[in-house]
Amino acid sequence: MARLTRDDVLKLAQLAQIDLSEDEIKRFQGEISEILEYVALLEAVNLDNLEPTDQVTGLVSVMRDDTIIDYGITPAALLNNVPATLNDQIKVKRTLT
Amino acid sequence: MSDWPSISELAGQVQTGKQTATALVEKSLQIISDKKTYNAILWTTEKRARQRAKVIDGKIKKGESLGRLAGVPFIAKDNFLVFGAETTAASNILKGFNAPYQATAIEKLEAEGAICVAKANLDAFGHGASTENSDFMITKNPHDKTRVAGGSSGGPAAAVVLNMAPFAIGTDTGGSIRQPSSFSGCVGYKPTYGLVSRNGVIAMASSTDVIGPLTSSVADAALILDVIAGRDGLDSTTVERDKSSYTKLNPKLKGKKFGVIKEYLSDDVDSVVKKSVVGAITELKKSGAEIRELSLSSVPLALAVYYILCPAEISSNLGRYDGQRYGYSYKEARNLEESYKKTRSVGFGAEAKRRIMIGTYVLSSGYYDAFYLKAQIVRTKLINEFNEAFKSVDFLIGPVAPTAAFKIGENTKDPLKMYLSDIMTVAASLVGIPSISIPISESGSLPVGLQIMAPQKADLELLSVAKAAEAVLA
Repeated sequence: MARLTRDDVLKLAQLAQIDLSEDEIKRFQGEISEILEYVALLEAVNLDNLEPTDQVTGLVSVMRDDTIIDYGITPAALLNNVPATLNDQIKVKRTLT
Repeated sequence: MSDWPSISELAGQVQTGKQTATALVEKSLQIISDKKTYNAILWTTEKRARQRAKVIDGKIKKGESLGRLAGVPFIAKDNFLVFGAETTAASNILKGFNAPYQATAIEKLEAEGAICVAKANLDAFGHGASTENSDFMITKNPHDKTRVAGGSSGGPAAAVVLNMAPFAIGTDTGGSIRQPSSFSGCVGYKPTYGLVSRNGVIAMASSTDVIGPLTSSVADAALILDVIAGRDGLDSTTVERDKSSYTKLNPKLKGKKFGVIKEYLSDDVDSVVKKSVVGAITELKKSGAEIRELSLSSVPLALAVYYILCPAEISSNLGRYDGQRYGYSYKEARNLEESYKKTRSVGFGAEAKRRIMIGTYVLSSGYYDAFYLKAQIVRTKLINEFNEAFKSVDFLIGPVAPTAAFKIGENTKDPLKMYLSDIMTVAASLVGIPSISIPISESGSLPVGLQIMAPQKADLELLSVAKAAEAVLA
């Protein structure tokens, strides 16, 4: 497997919504390449037509009654952790510039 | 050995008035304060703990029956939502977060009378094997301060070994309860996947995250599991628990068939670890256990599978930290996108960023089939091999980690080397089976754990045989 290029790292950072410093770009380029090279050892495995595993419980479409349950959590307790509020609503920065 | 009597004995003492919850909480807080330099604890919940102790003592005076954990102090890993202190998962991005509700496991422990006294350190979000990825402090090994306590539940493991409380509660995604238990010298139990509700626990990799106890004995672990196990409407991945109690142990070694996983005793394993584990296995054999060696050919692939699936799930689970609804938020951003990016850049540590980016890579178009899908298929192969093995043996056995506790700083420059510390614990996580670490090393040396694994939902059988093994190996 080819090592990640600087552009690959920048693209991943963009997809993950993270800004990287120059040091981080250099560091991650090497480290992530090394980790991807290690996990690429799966390339040689014979898959024997097996199905992928998403989860191990075997539970399918767990449903509950469609009723309102009062968990005793107040909007005030939730809004208490919000960085910026206005009229009991979450306030965010402008989306268009 | 623990300074505390068994948990059931302690609760009995409180219930019968021989001891007060207040005295136990004070003892716990005192030890936490005396042993502060080990960095096991991020912060205490002392105000709330003292209030709860007072209420419990008052009820007992009035003749009320409390519960199986009456007045027993405990410590929660800081990725559990708990009242009385902030909940951060040892990450800067959650600094100052106040839980608006408590985790189901915490609620269940409290309903039986237990009292949370402190929040313990971890690798931020559980990403690590040494607590060196904590954004706040590095937990030191109780046996050697120059070494790590293991991780990610290094804080809880060290806290139990240092007698800060009779038990701690942690999480295990790829070994995060078992490996620090092995490194620090306590019992660490990872239940069957889905047996304990994850509601109110900060998610790492949802398809392997489980909750379990860290204790001084197998009997204590069984009692805590019995309290926290069971279906929960707030976690749709929970499975039905056994109808009978997990405390009804039948400790027996005679006639039990143990499979020694050959791949876990290769030349890559440290000689001291190997010697301890082989010695323990010999002791089990002397007590009537049937030992056979077997090979699980996909086991050497498990770590690669884990380090594809786990970062993939992490990249998804950490998507919620965007600085808008809770946690750190970059105030000077000019628009929403900049707010997301700067918040995550400043708020996340190096390991979280690394895992998010690896996860993003393996899930991205063009690489999904070669990495993510392939890992999911090899996971099936691994599950099939374990199922096949459990047709001929009752339990699988081996080391917990390839080494004893390593030096602080020894592996921080090389993330891949750090990941290799999980090589013997990730298989049980991917297969979803229960697994326990019990201390086996001789006195004077660094602790080493023995790992025993059982089929899915055979938690009672595993705890039973672990109790028998504990008696022989003590």
